[in-house]
Amino acid sequence: MNVALKLRDPTAETSPTRRARLAPPPSVAGKSVALMDIGKARGSEFIDRLEGHFKKAGVATRRYRKPTNTKVAPTDLLQKIAAENQLAVIALSD
Amino acid sequence: MPDGLPPNVLPSDGLVIVAKRDCPTCVLIEPVMQSLDRAGPLAVISQDDPTFPAGVGQVIDDHDLERSFRFNIEAVPTLIRLKGGREVERTVGWDRAEWTRLAGAAAAGDGLPAWQPGCGSKSVEPGVHETLVARYGDTGLKARAIAVGEWDDPIEACFERGWSDGLPVVPPTDDRILRMLGGTERKPDEIVGNIPPNLAPCTVEKVAINAVMAGCKPEYMPVVLGVLEAALDPLFVLHGLLCTTHFSGPLVIINGPAAKAIGMNSGVNALGQGNRANATIGRALQLIVRNVGGGLPGGMDRATLGNPGKYTFCFAEDESDPDWEPLAQRRGIAAGKSAVTLFHGEGVNGFIDQKSRTPEELIRSLAMGLFGVGHPKLCLAGNAVLVLAPEHYKIFKDGGFNRRRIEDELYKALKRPGSELIRGAQNIAEGMPPSFADKMVDKFQPDGLLIVRAGGEAGLFSAIIGGWPGQAVRDECQAVTHEIR
Repeated sequence: MNVALKLRDPTAETSPTRRARLAPPPSVAGKSVALMDIGKARGSEFIDRLEGHFKKAGVATRRYRKPTNTKVAPTDLLQKIAAENQLAVIALSD
Repeated sequence: MPDGLPPNVLPSDGLVIVAKRDCPTCVLIEPVMQSLDRAGPLAVISQDDPTFPAGVGQVIDDHDLERSFRFNIEAVPTLIRLKGGREVERTVGWDRAEWTRLAGAAAAGDGLPAWQPGCGSKSVEPGVHETLVARYGDTGLKARAIAVGEWDDPIEACFERGWSDGLPVVPPTDDRILRMLGGTERKPDEIVGNIPPNLAPCTVEKVAINAVMAGCKPEYMPVVLGVLEAALDPLFVLHGLLCTTHFSGPLVIINGPAAKAIGMNSGVNALGQGNRANATIGRALQLIVRNVGGGLPGGMDRATLGNPGKYTFCFAEDESDPDWEPLAQRRGIAAGKSAVTLFHGEGVNGFIDQKSRTPEELIRSLAMGLFGVGHPKLCLAGNAVLVLAPEHYKIFKDGGFNRRRIEDELYKALKRPGSELIRGAQNIAEGMPPSFADKMVDKFQPDGLLIVRAGGEAGLFSAIIGGWPGQAVRDECQAVTHEIR
């Protein structure tokens, strides 16, 4: 990252400066998983395989696709994914 | 430039002049600079125009003021003699005797006045010095640095890190923090207190950082520090106020010369938006609790509904009437001193009375409004602030009622028979315990009704700000008033 600006921490500095990743859920049981195809070549094959695995495990999935792989996903698509699911897998490929 | 200095290099043995075209004295001595250049070696550090002075070989463009900062220039022109690359002497302004003593006959400036004062250096203009310290100096700041990428929006970075109350904050950069610290004489590393709920120590520097984020001006710092110290008074029970399910949050009322000095609003729309000091001082307190103390809504802040005043709730009292005893004096602060009163406020309840014309009528009417605080049948379970608007105050003043009289009459008017208030009375389950059935019951604790004057000239509208049930235990929880140092 090219640093353009330095801010000073206004907090008591009890947490790391790098924000921690969200912890993975202990179980996927009862959750709905978004399968997001970002539109790169053969991404759909990867999503197909994942979908099969989830289906075998009895986990509900919903599929989504970005309109184009050259731009970030539109806000309404991200809001729809967040509203309909608890977890998401974003497929990279090539 | 006889010795042909490479561009932007100072002579290790020679003269340096720091100047700016905007300074009439610098323009006046342009021939002296040309004469010294011929005698050489000389470099002129030009703060605002690299084409000034004309006729000098080595003019160093100091638009970024780094050289001026490193030479610690306070006024221009400044003539400096270097020896072995180190400064050995300097003189400020134009003084023929000094210049010739330091630079020889070439600095005589024939035809010029013998003496003329210079101008302030651009490097010490208001706000500039702190930026230069942040860029080139040692800030001395201890808070850890958080890097923001060149394509990232710093305001969004503050949101993402959870530093905001929901509104944009001013990014706390070093120059802004240094300017904020300039508003107080207290040392940046001084600990003001431990901020609940995490009881994290809070330094003056952390206060300044959060004050920057809230949008404060440096001159608000003494008030912000005073507000924080009052909030940390154990009698204010800030931790309990934060974690309550009730609506309340800290209400800040400022009295005294500090309120005037920083332009606080006690008049039209005093409880509303539009005044920077009112808005940002209250916000700074909330940001400190959030960021330093870790008091986050949904975390330790368990308010069922909260209230909009939890963004900020701060105003000044109208002290324009010499007949009125201001709230701070009523609560023990000497006249002429600045003070902060903190109350556990739940929000503004409008009180309308456009028909009362005598103090007696208005007392009865206000009492009826005040009975509604919390619940009309609950007493001694939370106090109140009455913000008396000018037109209502005029009725009292014209009728010869001063503060003490208003308080006494309201206290009497706020007594009711317990039989009307106990649980189940009036076919309403809520109410006082049955043990109050045979008593006359006060609505508020003694001194529990704080009366303060504020508001615009027009409108028979006062405001009732209900308190917090935590105030029911009077020895443990009360409004607090502290002098602002």
